[in-house]
Parts: sequence; structure tokens; C-alpha cells
Amino acid sequence: MLTLKQSRRLNTLLVGGVSWIVALLLFFPIFWMVLTSFKTEIDAFATPPQLFFTPTLENYLHIQDRSGYFRFAWNSVVISFGATALGMLFAIPAAYSMAFFETKRTKGTLLWMLSTKMLPPVGVLVPIYLLAKQFGLLDTRTVLVIIYTLINLPIMVWMIYTYFRDIPRDILEAARMDGATTLQEMVKVLLPISKGGLASTMLLSLILCWNEAFWSLNLTSANAAPLTALIASYSSPEGLFWAKLSAVSTLACAPILIFGWISQKQLVRGLSFGAVK
Amino acid sequence: MKIAKALLGTTCLALACHAQAETLTIATVNNADMIRMQRLSETFEKTHPDIDLNWVVLEENVLRQRLTTDIATQGGQFDVLTIGMYEASLWGDKGWLAPMNNLPASYDVDDVFPSVREGLSVDGTLYALPFYAESSMTYYRKDLFEQAGLTMPEHPTWSQIADFAAKLHKPEQEQYGICLRGKAGWGENMALITTIANSFGARWFDEQWQPEFTGPEWTKAANFYVDLLGKYGPPGASSNGFNENLALFNSGKCAMWVDATVAGSFVTDASQSKVADKVGFAFAPHEATEKGSAWLYSWALAIPATSNNKDAAMEFVTWATSKDYANLVAETDGVANVPPGTRQSTYSEAYMKAAPFAQVTLESLKQADPADPSAKPVPYVGIQLVTIPEFQAIGTQVGKMFSAALTGQMPVEQMLNAAQQSVQRDMKRAGYPK
Repeated sequence: MLTLKQSRRLNTLLVGGVSWIVALLLFFPIFWMVLTSFKTEIDAFATPPQLFFTPTLENYLHIQDRSGYFRFAWNSVVISFGATALGMLFAIPAAYSMAFFETKRTKGTLLWMLSTKMLPPVGVLVPIYLLAKQFGLLDTRTVLVIIYTLINLPIMVWMIYTYFRDIPRDILEAARMDGATTLQEMVKVLLPISKGGLASTMLLSLILCWNEAFWSLNLTSANAAPLTALIASYSSPEGLFWAKLSAVSTLACAPILIFGWISQKQLVRGLSFGAVK
Repeated sequence: MKIAKALLGTTCLALACHAQAETLTIATVNNADMIRMQRLSETFEKTHPDIDLNWVVLEENVLRQRLTTDIATQGGQFDVLTIGMYEASLWGDKGWLAPMNNLPASYDVDDVFPSVREGLSVDGTLYALPFYAESSMTYYRKDLFEQAGLTMPEHPTWSQIADFAAKLHKPEQEQYGICLRGKAGWGENMALITTIANSFGARWFDEQWQPEFTGPEWTKAANFYVDLLGKYGPPGASSNGFNENLALFNSGKCAMWVDATVAGSFVTDASQSKVADKVGFAFAPHEATEKGSAWLYSWALAIPATSNNKDAAMEFVTWATSKDYANLVAETDGVANVPPGTRQSTYSEAYMKAAPFAQVTLESLKQADPADPSAKPVPYVGIQLVTIPEFQAIGTQVGKMFSAALTGQMPVEQMLNAAQQSVQRDMKRAGYPK
């Protein structure tokens, strides 16, 4: 029989082992993509897959040579940050009113908002395309900022709403007693307390915008195309492309990955914030 | 130098007509020849300072979807489109593309292969200019054939191919008798399967637009294909398309491969092929008939009717598909890299010498006749496809069934019955016979 100490130790080991396995499983595709990006096209296709090979930078040089990576990256940055900022501007007041001035319709509104996410985007492709054309917004960053804001708004409102719900009303009331206006109450009291939650909402929105491929492929062509469009341009109907595609995908993931890394602490805190009621 | 001067001359002319700078948006796919065109288009921009080029490179299916959306909604996002033969005739017929009339004499449109020209025309009007064209052919490993004491005839039959495949199939050494397309899709497995069926004397539809999958020819062809690839093909053949087979062949795993002629330059390119100097070339196999045994396809440049810069776009497409462009490629990248299959003049002595696969490509392209693809009369145009708007969906549906038969999920007879019923229903719904 195991002693209590031993069984605790075994437990820790088991949990640790399982989480390592899960983490490795999740990380493996990314690892393989990075690895493939340093292979030649023929090595990339080799069966059985090769773990050891002579690395080459030719794919990266090819990408640098063929398409201006930074133009696409800049579009991605502008669009994702733009859409996130605009989204927050709408989501915070909406969540504020729903969390602190609940009416009998609030629950229904929240559900209804989420239901818009259930429609497949291609269902509204033609109307949106026509609208964009009508307003002269095809192939502009503005149209993507607007669309991404609208797409992510339900999720942002939901997330912020759950964070706000956990904030005791008494604090806000105290601020009101001290004569704070609604705006002051939000900016000076509410936002500083829910910093973690807001940060993680913003991060999630950034990642979602960064990875969005349907609208960016359909509404942009030459000028406003973000990184997702760059990736799509490296798949080929006639010719080997896996190594180059991996290289361009690595380049496309890198900025947001690094950004995520830096703000990891915020993200984890924000995500677990409000989990314990 | 000569070309540069000639181009300079045309520029001056062009300059006279276009005082303002125009921006052309060109939609294309990531194929080696198109990427080369993108690179060499600097020459065009130099000689046409009044025209700026904007490139949009997209994945093939995304491109098709983008173009259809844009054309259907009159979006006018693109000035030059890269499309296939299938779209060229369908979209041309709908009035979505600007007709290629009044081509300059220097373009020498008669130099373009008649079969390719016809494939891109509707009722005698050309709707797209071919950038490169391809047929299908048999690639085989000369070294393996020699070792086994076999000789590949110039015009093999499918039965001979099956015999060779049986003798050269050594899965324990990771050497497979034959690699063929198995991935479902109207432009993937169905392109090959339709040519096999044609050569067994089958056709997609009879004169009343009735499918013939349950007929003796399709039954024979389908059984043959499933048997051949199932027994002597690589494992997981049902997920192999052009690129997967190219990779298998280039890494020395296939003794034979029947696919697009455009692969000729890939399999002989030592930088991506381990068997570059060991490849032999023969015509696409036939069986009961040679009719429709090799396909015909072309990537072409077209101008959408919605473009606001049609004149400048015309300048560009006539440049990119011209003899001058071919000469430019020959000068900068070597004669073997000239876009194949569109012009008689491409097949010069120098090209024939540099490209060992050129002879077979040339003959195959000359023989391919989309208007007469089968031993029996048909109501449609197209060798490996049926040029009707419904084909994309129908072809992919049947392609999935063939893929399922290949993996053994469905016996061949049952699969053909299912295909027959499904196609019959779809055609009825679409209102055929029209």
C-alpha cells in the first residue's frame, strides 16, 4: 500500500504527465510546421516523414523574393487592432448596461446576440459583398475592420458581461455616492478593476481577427490583403508547395504567437477570472 | 535586345493612347509558370510605364469562388483573370468575359493550337488567351523497366500498363507499380477516370443526356481502374491528387504514373526530383479506342466584362501569351521553361532538345479533340469533363463514389448504380435534355 505522501506524489506525477502529453499534442502541429519550413520540397513530402534533415532557408528567401511579407503583416496588424479597439468601444458600454441594469429582456438579448454566430458566414456573402461594393469598400482595410468588429462583438460582450457580473455593485454605488458621473464611474472604477478580464477579451479578439480567413479572402484583393491571404497564395494546384506553405504559415503565426507569449500572464489570469463563483 | 527594342516600340505606341497611369489587378494561381510570369512582368511594367500591375495570388478553389462572386455581383475587382478551359467557355457563354476580338496581327493567333483555341471559344468567339496548355501522358522509370527486361511501347494500352504494374510492384521496397489520381474531385480523380472510361469506349451521357454508368463500358473501365490502383498502387491512393503523386514519383516510389503533361518539367528537374534522369515518356494509355484517352486543359487569361481597364488588360494578356513572352522566358530562364502547349512556334528544335517530353506533349495536344471525345456520339464538349455548369457538382459527387470504391467501402457495381441514380436525378433536376 502507498502511504499518503507517496500517493500524493504519484498523483502530482500523473497530472503533470498528462498535462505534458496534452501540451505536446497541441504543440506538435506547430512544431511540425516550423520543421517543414526548413526542409526542401522533396524532403517535406518524404515518407516516412523525416525528423533529421539538412535545413535550408530557401523557402524563406523565396517568400521574401516573391511577396512583400511586411505589407501583408501591416494590414493584419491594422485590421486586428482596429477591429479590437472598435469592438471594445461598443462592447464595454453594452456589457455595463446588461450587467448592472439588468431588465427582463437582458438574458434574451444576450442569447439572441450569440445566435448570430450560428449562421454560416457564406450565407451572407453576396449581400455583404454587394454592400461593400456599393460603399466603395471592396479591398479596403475599413471593410474588414467593420466586419470583424461585428463578428466578434457578441463574444466580446458576453465575455465582458461575465467579468462585470462578478464585480460587487456596492463598489459602483459607493462611487456614485461620491458624486461620480456614469462615465467617471466606468473609467475610474469599473475599468481598472476589470483590467485582467478586458485584456483577455482584447487578446481573444485580436487572435480571432488575426486568424480570420473567410472574409479576408473574399473581400480583399491586392491592397488590403492580410496574412491569411498571403498563406492562401502559397497553395498550388500543380506543383509541390508544402515547405513554402509551412514557411509562410510560420511567418504569419509568429507575430501573434510572440504577442501572446508576452501577454500570457494577463491572458491566463483573465481567462480564469470569474471561473470561480 | 531585339525583343527589348520591339517591346519599346509597342510601348511608345501604347503611350500615345494611354496618357494616364492605370492599375491592373491580376488574379492568378500559384503555379510555377504563373509565378514566373509575375516575376517577368517587370519587363512589361518597364515597357508600359503607364500600367501598374497588382497581383492577387489565390488558391485554385478560392480563386474560382472569388471570381464567381465578383463577376456575379459585378464587383469589378479584377482586370485579368486566370481561369481554366471549363470556366472560359461557360463564362464566355454567359457574357461574363470580354471577347478577344481584334487581336493584333503580331499576336499571330493562328499559331495557337486549334484544339486549345476551340476549347476557349464559344461559337467561334475566343474568350480567353491560353497561357499554358496540357494533355496527359505516361511517365515511367526507364531504369526499372530495363532491370525487369520490359519495354514501354510508345502508345501503350491500359492492359499492357496493368501487366507492367504487376511486374514492377514491390511494396516491400516501397516501389509501387503505378501511381494514379484517387482524390475525389471533378478536376482530380474524375479527369483521369474519364479518360480511362473514354478509352474503354464509354461516355458520360448519351445523346439524350442519359448517364451510362451502368453500361458495359463504364463497368469495365471502373473495375479496371479500381483493380489496377487497388492492387498495384501506393497505400492510401484514394487521397492522392496531382501533387501527392508528383511527390511520390519524384521520390522514386512509382514505376509508372499517368498524369498531366505539365509534370514533365517537374519530374526532370533535378532540384525537386530524385529520378530526374531516369524518366521515360509515352503517350497516355488507350484501350478500345484512342479517342479521348488523353485530356486537354488550359490555363488561360481572360478579361471580365466588368473590368474598367479593358484596353490596358488587353495589352497585358496579349503580352503574357505572346511569342515575345516565350522568347523572354527562353532568354532569362532557359528554353525548357517556356509555358508549354499553346503555340506551334514554342516547339522549336531547341525546345524539343531541351525538353525530352515535348514530342509526346505536342502530339497529344494535336490529337486531343474536345468536340469528339468518345467512340460513340455525345451531346457535350470536353474530354475529361463535360462543359455544362452542373458538371462541377456532378463530377465531384461521382468522384467521391469512385474514391469510396477504391478504398473498398463500396463494391464497384453498387457504386456505379449509385452514380447512375445520382447523376440521373441531378440532370433531371437541372432540366436536361435541353
